[in-house]
Amino acid sequence: MADTSNNEKSTGGSGFSLLGLLRRPEAGAAAGFILVFIFFSYFGWDKNFLTPLGSSTWLNFASKVGIIAIPVGFLMIAGELDISVGAMIPAGGIVMAMATNQFGMNIWFAVGFTMVVAGMIGWVNGMLVTRTQVPSLIVTLATLFVIAGLNAYLSKQIAGTTQHSVPDAGIVSEFILGDYHSWIIGEGENSFTIFRSLQSSFFIWIVFSIVCFYILHVSPWGNWIFAMGGDQESARNAGIPTNGLKIALFMLSAMAAALVGVTEGVLANSASTTTQFGMIFNSIICVVVGGVLLTGGFGTVTGTFFGTLTFGIVFQGINFTSFDKDLNMLFIGVLLLIAVLMNDTFRKLATNASTKKKG
Amino acid sequence: MSDTPVIELRNVDKSFGPIDVLHEISLKVKAGEVLCLLGDNGAGKSTLIKTLAGVHAPTRGEVLVDGQPVKFSGPKDAQNRGIATVHQFGGTYPLMSVGRNFFMGEEPTKGFGPFKVFDRKTANKIAVEEVQKMGITRITDGDRLVGGLSGGERQSLAIARAVYFGARVLILDEPTAALGVKQAAHVLRIVNEAKKRGLAVIFITHQVMHAMTVGDHFAVLIRGAIAADFRKGEKSREEITDLMAGGQNMADLEASIEGYMETHDGHPPKVSAAE
Ligand SMILES: Nc1ncnc2c1ncn2[C@@H]1O[C@H](COP(=O)(O)OP(=O)(O)OP(=O)(O)O)[C@@H](O)[C@H]1O
Ligand SMILES: [Mg+2]
Repeated sequence: MADTSNNEKSTGGSGFSLLGLLRRPEAGAAAGFILVFIFFSYFGWDKNFLTPLGSSTWLNFASKVGIIAIPVGFLMIAGELDISVGAMIPAGGIVMAMATNQFGMNIWFAVGFTMVVAGMIGWVNGMLVTRTQVPSLIVTLATLFVIAGLNAYLSKQIAGTTQHSVPDAGIVSEFILGDYHSWIIGEGENSFTIFRSLQSSFFIWIVFSIVCFYILHVSPWGNWIFAMGGDQESARNAGIPTNGLKIALFMLSAMAAALVGVTEGVLANSASTTTQFGMIFNSIICVVVGGVLLTGGFGTVTGTFFGTLTFGIVFQGINFTSFDKDLNMLFIGVLLLIAVLMNDTFRKLATNASTKKKG
Repeated sequence: MSDTPVIELRNVDKSFGPIDVLHEISLKVKAGEVLCLLGDNGAGKSTLIKTLAGVHAPTRGEVLVDGQPVKFSGPKDAQNRGIATVHQFGGTYPLMSVGRNFFMGEEPTKGFGPFKVFDRKTANKIAVEEVQKMGITRITDGDRLVGGLSGGERQSLAIARAVYFGARVLILDEPTAALGVKQAAHVLRIVNEAKKRGLAVIFITHQVMHAMTVGDHFAVLIRGAIAADFRKGEKSREEITDLMAGGQNMADLEASIEGYMETHDGHPPKVSAAE
């Protein structure tokens, strides 16, 4: 009979070495973040890249993409895409605006109502994808335009405008959904200064990331999401409710996008129906830079988190340097290429991990 | 154990839309018995076992477990009744660890209330132990990704998993197809062990030798219908081979190929001799 006594040391021992750390799937994204951070800290030093106000610029930007990137990453791990988030962001803002202005709801009912509407749209996405077998890229491309059209049409029909004003939400909701201007922090310069410029979406992003980390990597359900992207047929044969889970993930991404729209609305006291096509690409870039495989079955929340930070720095950081601003897009393109190439290498490292142990 | 079959199909038909795949299938497997399901490619073997595994619902007819008619609500339902299946393709997830693969859908957890935590240590330990029992001693690290294993090692992992979870019925769809001689022998031994433990085993193979080594009872499918149903020792090896080829006489077939090759400078015929 085979002896199993040598398992203990090999299962327990890995993960502490530097090589083990490098083999972690999020290693590439973390390394990329550190490089980009050092690069812009150096070239942006004179223009306050690292000051509280400066860092809040890219952190606020990253948080909005990040809230969407995590569920989009979940979907990508499960082998799907969601393009419709570009229209769900404005949908979130205007549904909340109309719920308060036209339907007279209080802010929290309006936010709840918005989440229900978003959840329903996500459910439709999920149903279309799971029932028709049409690739989700096409399905959500179609619903992107359907939602965008509805945004404009219903806005005009119900409120008579495509530019909604969002009434002041009161101090508590401002604090949770908007920013920290008015609360806690006084006017003077102190160690909390950064909170004056950080928006609430940043903290929502952090909390959301932790919850999603738990779901994907700690709870048993994370396994199922990976399995769907790894081999859908086998996952179904193993009794995993693939359809239900997929629908839930589409609902999550729609709701996350709508939440970003809500925070933008509360912050700016206005909401518009303009479709945010850029955010579609931004969220996908963050996920891919974060090491999630486009083909599904592989990725991490931590990686996506670092990928989003990296993207936020590259996107906003150029304003802090003396480089020509026109180079912005070029930087992002190069970043994406490097990330994809690195991902491939890291994935190979990961699949071969510990093969050397067998000697 | 009583004489009630652990699992039984009665007059089961299965069609996918207009395509009829199974006709009037009736089969029973008792505890401690190995049923070998034989048949040509496309005969409907995999479809039949998917019906037993809860993946497909029969179009007509019924499935009985312990003599009671059941309607599986899905693969999970069948699993919960102790029916474990290794499907012909897949069954493993390349970019996931050995431990996570092994416990897919049946994750061991620790923790309190709704905050369940996947118990990686336990999962890895059991997975490695069970895979080693299958003769794959090279797998010692439960965190290793399955994508780095060979095809046979992956297949062994899938079988080990089914053996571990299969409390009453073990269904193996061509489990030895990707395996080396030694691992195939291990699988046959495992089948025998399962049988001794009182499990009902359904075993699909295209290899006569493997079928004759473990089978107590044979059923041959030809174009979705049961063409022969016999017990060990009732038919010769040649007869079984012919039935497995879909009713063709293999000896004739082989002779005709040899004759052809003699007259064609040793080239085999271009078109397959089936139909
Ligand atoms: N989901 C499906 N929809 C339509 N037809 C199907 C489906 N599944 C199987 N079939 C058809 O049923 C027939 C039997 O397929 P099955 O996979 O059961 O054969 P098999 O006996 O397992 O063959 P093999 O020895 O090659 O594994 C084939 O003609 C196949 O095309
Ligand atoms: Mg088959």
